[in-house]
Amino acid sequence: MLSITSILPLTVEAAAFSGDGKLLVEPNSFTIPAGGLTVLLGPNGAGKSLTLRLCHGLLTPSRGAVRWAAGAEGRGKRHAMVFQKPIMLRRSVEANITHALAAAGANSAERKARAAQALQRFGLAERASQPARLLSGGEQQRLAIGRAWALRPELLFLDEPTSQLDPAATRQIEELLSGLVAEGITVMMSTHDLGQARRLADRVLFLHRGRLVEDAPAKDFFAGPHSAEARAFLAGELLW
Amino acid sequence: MDVGAIFQAAFALVVGLDPGFLGIVFLSLRVTLTAVLIAALIGLPLGAALALARFPGRSAIIVCLNALMGLPPVVAGLAVFLLLSRSGPLGPLGLLFTPTAMIIAQVLLVLPIVIALTRQVIEDLWSEYRDHLRSVGLDGLRAIPTLLFDGRFALATALLAGFGRASAEVGAVLIVGGNIAGYTRTMTTAITLETSKGDLPLALGLGLVLLSLTLAINAIAFGASRIGARYAG
Repeated sequence: MLSITSILPLTVEAAAFSGDGKLLVEPNSFTIPAGGLTVLLGPNGAGKSLTLRLCHGLLTPSRGAVRWAAGAEGRGKRHAMVFQKPIMLRRSVEANITHALAAAGANSAERKARAAQALQRFGLAERASQPARLLSGGEQQRLAIGRAWALRPELLFLDEPTSQLDPAATRQIEELLSGLVAEGITVMMSTHDLGQARRLADRVLFLHRGRLVEDAPAKDFFAGPHSAEARAFLAGELLW
Repeated sequence: MDVGAIFQAAFALVVGLDPGFLGIVFLSLRVTLTAVLIAALIGLPLGAALALARFPGRSAIIVCLNALMGLPPVVAGLAVFLLLSRSGPLGPLGLLFTPTAMIIAQVLLVLPIVIALTRQVIEDLWSEYRDHLRSVGLDGLRAIPTLLFDGRFALATALLAGFGRASAEVGAVLIVGGNIAGYTRTMTTAITLETSKGDLPLALGLGLVLLSLTLAINAIAFGASRIGARYAG
């Protein structure tokens, strides 16, 4: 990466979020150091999306704080986010990427070069001039990830990136994500898919009803979770 | 004159490119297109801002704008007349009974349509794009250029709706323009006058042009939405 000083670790200090007078995310604390893939695991409604949004800054915590490493301000936003349903602008595949780069302040030559790089890297070069919304679901999510990648994030957030995809496309996205981690990008993603968490996670943050119940290395978590909630979830007993 | 002869004379006017006839058509187009252009320049950003902004009284403004889409042209004409008449606040400008006065009146008619439809289009688009645009740092008013561009096909239809309304109305341009031959006589005011005078070929010829214009607008609107669908998927 280009930066000398990193924005990581990300420190979440007792960040809570309430909406409509209801506490939706309890004051959870955790840190995300550089490297690896952290999975936010939990059933639907556990507050995974909200937690990602709090981290990414789309939501402001009602209490507590989300902090980046000292001196991270003023050097551009070096974290990006990919959403559950790919948000495709009504433009060409390439223009979807250049638009995000323009928003980040890149000049025209830089936009073109970095978009070409991203298209190549994510296997979309042949689709560059096609309308993005006509891509298949898997291709759209790939473009969404490529678009985020072009922004050169240190930390990439993904909110259930494969929940709307078929198994083949899911596999492809999972391989891509492993590639990004190998490249040195720190990844934090939410999923309710246990198999996916087992395949990808280096670390698991298990959420239940807005509360961070467990924070453990993935292999420890899957070998023997400490909490009753996590045990129930791993056993496939439905909870929400 | 029987109906067949009237049609024949009308066609002769249209095909023969009679200068007086063409003058009326061109003035109509000039007034209406200018009004739509001005309404677009004001209405598109304003409608988009209204879609994104949250402030007290916003709902009341939206309801009023929606109601103004049905503003009777004669009332718009009357309002502009009072504004521009010699004793009115803008009387000293001497604009009454000029094409400029007609443009002002038509802007008044088209603007609510453009603002209200733009607000709807942009609000829908924003709810779809919000997460991504905010994620890349385009929040609030900074999101407007993206939203206007991506809503281009739907917004083109909104402008055509405005054009359709302005080109078809007679009340406003008649009141503030005065239907002065060769100066403020438009297709609709001419049709009104010639019909009552009994010069049916001229009225009918102009009617045919108006009708083809409406047809063309609808064809363009249809084409725009088709092209839009190709991009929107």
